[in-house]
Amino acid sequence: MTATPGATPTIVLVGHGMVGQRFLEALAERGLTATHRVVVLCEEPRPAYDRVQLTSYFSGKTPEELSMTDMEFIKDHGIELYVGDPAETIDRDARKVTARSGLVFDYDVLVLATGSYPFVPPVPNKDAEGCFVYRTIEDLLAIEEYARSRATTGAVVGGGLLGLEAAGALKGLGLTSHIVEFAPRLMPVQVDEGGGAALLRTIEEMGLSVHTGVGTQEIVTDASGAVTGMKLSDGSELATDLVVFSAGVRPRDQLARESGLTVGERGGIAVDEQCRTVGDPHVFAIGECALAADGRVYGLVAPGYEQAETAAATIAADEASFTGADLSTKLKLLGVDVASFGDAHGTAEDCLDVVYSDSRSGLYKKLVIGRDGTLLGGILIGDADAYGTLRALTGSVPPVSPESLVLPAGAGGGAQLGPSALPDEAVICSCHNVTKGTIRGAVTEHSCTTVPEVKKCTKAGTGCGSCVKILGQLVTAELEASGVEVDKGLCGCFSQTREELYEIVLALRINTYQDMLDRYGRDGARGGDGCDVCKPAVASIIASLAPTIGASGYVLDGEQAALQETNDHFLANLQKNGSYSVVPRIPGGEITPEGLIVIGEIARDFGLYTKITGGQRIDMFGARVEQLPLIWARLVDAGFESGHAYGKSLRTVKSCVGQTWCRYGVQDSVRMAIDLELRYRGLRSPHKLKSAVSGCARECAEAQSKDFGIIATSNGWNLYVGGNGGATPRHADLLAQDLSDTELIRLIDRFLMFYIRTADRLERTSTWLERIPGGLDHVRDVVVEDSLGICEELESLMAAHVANYADEWATTINDPEKLARFVSFVNAPDTPDPVVGFVPERDQIKPDLPLLTIGHRPLEGSAQR
Amino acid sequence: MTLALETTDLKVQLQLGDDWFTVCDLSLLVPGRGVAALLPDGRQVALFRDRAGELYAVDNRDPFSGAAVLSRGLTGSLQGRPFVASPLLKQRFDLRSGQCLDDDTVRIGTYEVRAT
Repeated sequence: MTATPGATPTIVLVGHGMVGQRFLEALAERGLTATHRVVVLCEEPRPAYDRVQLTSYFSGKTPEELSMTDMEFIKDHGIELYVGDPAETIDRDARKVTARSGLVFDYDVLVLATGSYPFVPPVPNKDAEGCFVYRTIEDLLAIEEYARSRATTGAVVGGGLLGLEAAGALKGLGLTSHIVEFAPRLMPVQVDEGGGAALLRTIEEMGLSVHTGVGTQEIVTDASGAVTGMKLSDGSELATDLVVFSAGVRPRDQLARESGLTVGERGGIAVDEQCRTVGDPHVFAIGECALAADGRVYGLVAPGYEQAETAAATIAADEASFTGADLSTKLKLLGVDVASFGDAHGTAEDCLDVVYSDSRSGLYKKLVIGRDGTLLGGILIGDADAYGTLRALTGSVPPVSPESLVLPAGAGGGAQLGPSALPDEAVICSCHNVTKGTIRGAVTEHSCTTVPEVKKCTKAGTGCGSCVKILGQLVTAELEASGVEVDKGLCGCFSQTREELYEIVLALRINTYQDMLDRYGRDGARGGDGCDVCKPAVASIIASLAPTIGASGYVLDGEQAALQETNDHFLANLQKNGSYSVVPRIPGGEITPEGLIVIGEIARDFGLYTKITGGQRIDMFGARVEQLPLIWARLVDAGFESGHAYGKSLRTVKSCVGQTWCRYGVQDSVRMAIDLELRYRGLRSPHKLKSAVSGCARECAEAQSKDFGIIATSNGWNLYVGGNGGATPRHADLLAQDLSDTELIRLIDRFLMFYIRTADRLERTSTWLERIPGGLDHVRDVVVEDSLGICEELESLMAAHVANYADEWATTINDPEKLARFVSFVNAPDTPDPVVGFVPERDQIKPDLPLLTIGHRPLEGSAQR
Repeated sequence: MTLALETTDLKVQLQLGDDWFTVCDLSLLVPGRGVAALLPDGRQVALFRDRAGELYAVDNRDPFSGAAVLSRGLTGSLQGRPFVASPLLKQRFDLRSGQCLDDDTVRIGTYEVRAT
């Protein structure tokens, strides 16, 4: 069977990994997908995914989330993607590739991106049951399955980068974990002896057993052929139920070899600087399968991307070349920062080391300096904050002494060398090869004023993310340098940020808006009426801190009533025709049949439109303002309370049925959701808060799209933060793992109070996490490690909120003076607003609004969802 | 517009043609918050009182949405101009002139109002 070649020239890509996908994108960017037929043969059962983040599968990422392939992209560019159908033979004379399925493709250009395969040392029984490699999602699924059902102990052969990740993953699966490394230290390629020692201590403290300087001689099996242990070169035997080989990778060049292409002595398809194979101009090789012109096989993704760009440019007849790449890496292994850059091992002649080592805190920093003072490279373990600056400075003489660059701040002379010291050509983002000059240009020429804007404009920081911190510093520095007076004030009335106003309110116990405005407002604003921005913002701060600062916790009390947006003022959600919707709280989405009947009867009696919300409760639409107290009198009577659907406050905590009913559930997710919803109900915050609790990793409650989401594990709960749906979806980040009930609640208390304290007005946790300096790591330091020493205060603020909560609808319906406000007309309290009209639709009602001549034009703040 | 005296039995009145129409007790107007009134001809007016005691009256109908909701918006001042922001899509209207501060082409009606 032969696939018909079109009249257009054909590019066949063999291999759809990260580099292959980047190659396709580079083709599309150059318009080559329009002029060529593009065929992709992919061996794995799924299209390209993020192999660098493979281990995050074990912290809850699904294979779908790891995917890097936008099927729309494939479709839009007419790319023929054959998944699970690897190329089997290449006939270079006839320029044909045959796939396993029997399909044959003629090519004009063939690109090999076959990647690499895990090296398994040739020890006896290496293929026994319970032996695995760590390379693909399928490998992970197999390891997970085996670990769950058959193993209590696991061993990883290889103490390199992937080996450590694999060992961490085994530990996460609840196994006692060992690492066996033949070299005398961990990560022998990246770090030196001192760095390895610092790493070893930190990793052993995490409860992993490390055996360095020993080789694996044999895998021991039982009668059935399953792994029971391994024999080591020092004569000892290690009992283990599972072995993961992670002893490095080798280029997959078999296909090229068989087709007669030149391969290197130690493997790798030999290519020139244009990534064209030596001897066949129609064939290219890119990524881990290629032996680059400088004689190296690059196992990192950034050089692979560069090769993909080079190959695509060459095919498009643009000039490009790949002459070699920087092997600098920065990563977080098992929570430890590890970075190496430039000539990390000091191979240059006459070079000197500057070393700072603190074993007690697991810190190791080494800089390699040339005779003339040039920074040649270095290694950072435990604290790699300076990585971005140092890597960019490599090759030049740093403006301050090398010692001061590795000494910790405060240790006498520890200089903080800012990114302003870098030259414009310094590469800040090595994933996307973005220079400091380009980033500055984004600010000065493209008017970007925030890190997210710069990321979008330049792509910097959108790869591994290790440069985001330095990116933020650069953007701020550039804005200041270009004289942009960044007025960070909340509004025309206050020059302070929301965070600063919060600190003032808390520290000085200021409990009225007027007092705030008159004492801390801008000059022209004091004594005035404020505005629609600061009034609700300050009201929210006062409400969040009410019990602590001696304010009323009831948002309609006294002055507070005049500060609230209409939703909070009428404790209901304003709809487009001036009517309101009503949402009673249904904690965790659990409701009795009696409760459902009450809601149904009320909706029927008041003629309300009903709809099930995304947050597992029921919204009743079309209530006139004067009906709200009547509706709530019945709801409160039936035991319902405010759902705060109208407030910038906790909305719902969704849940799945969990362990109680579901055969997969591992914890009681409904119970936890109810506990959390009742704990945080009524908590005013900078923006709305959503949460969910899933009873197992299948995540039916969609917790990872919430501000704080909880996923049950067999050992407790994993807490995710900063998720969001809406217009800019964001998956939540894992904050902490395997928490007990008490630990979970304490951590959420701290997290929420820290968010309330430091976020901007109308800033969801997702944008807040992206914005605050240090990001997730900083938040984790503060709320988990208590690095600022404020956790006790955060907890006590939350305790005060919980102790003082009262249902504001119950309070309102018992207060005649407040009830008097719930009228359409002050001079005709019994007359309903005639503009609020309805017409039938699908057996219910919908608003009937007059046609307008002015179009809708939402303003700032109103488009938030 | 008249500076209101702080007494409890004062009434808020709107000028309609040559007559003054009594709406409600002044005490029902909370500074910074509005109320709606229904006129004899069916029109709706939004009435506000600022911190200094000044009274304002504008059309209650939000011209951007058609809903009669301006009385439920938040008030404030922008460079000395008192305004109300629509609770629906947040457009601001000058309480003295009725001019929309976010769209030069839009203006709402205003009324003379006094406390007496």
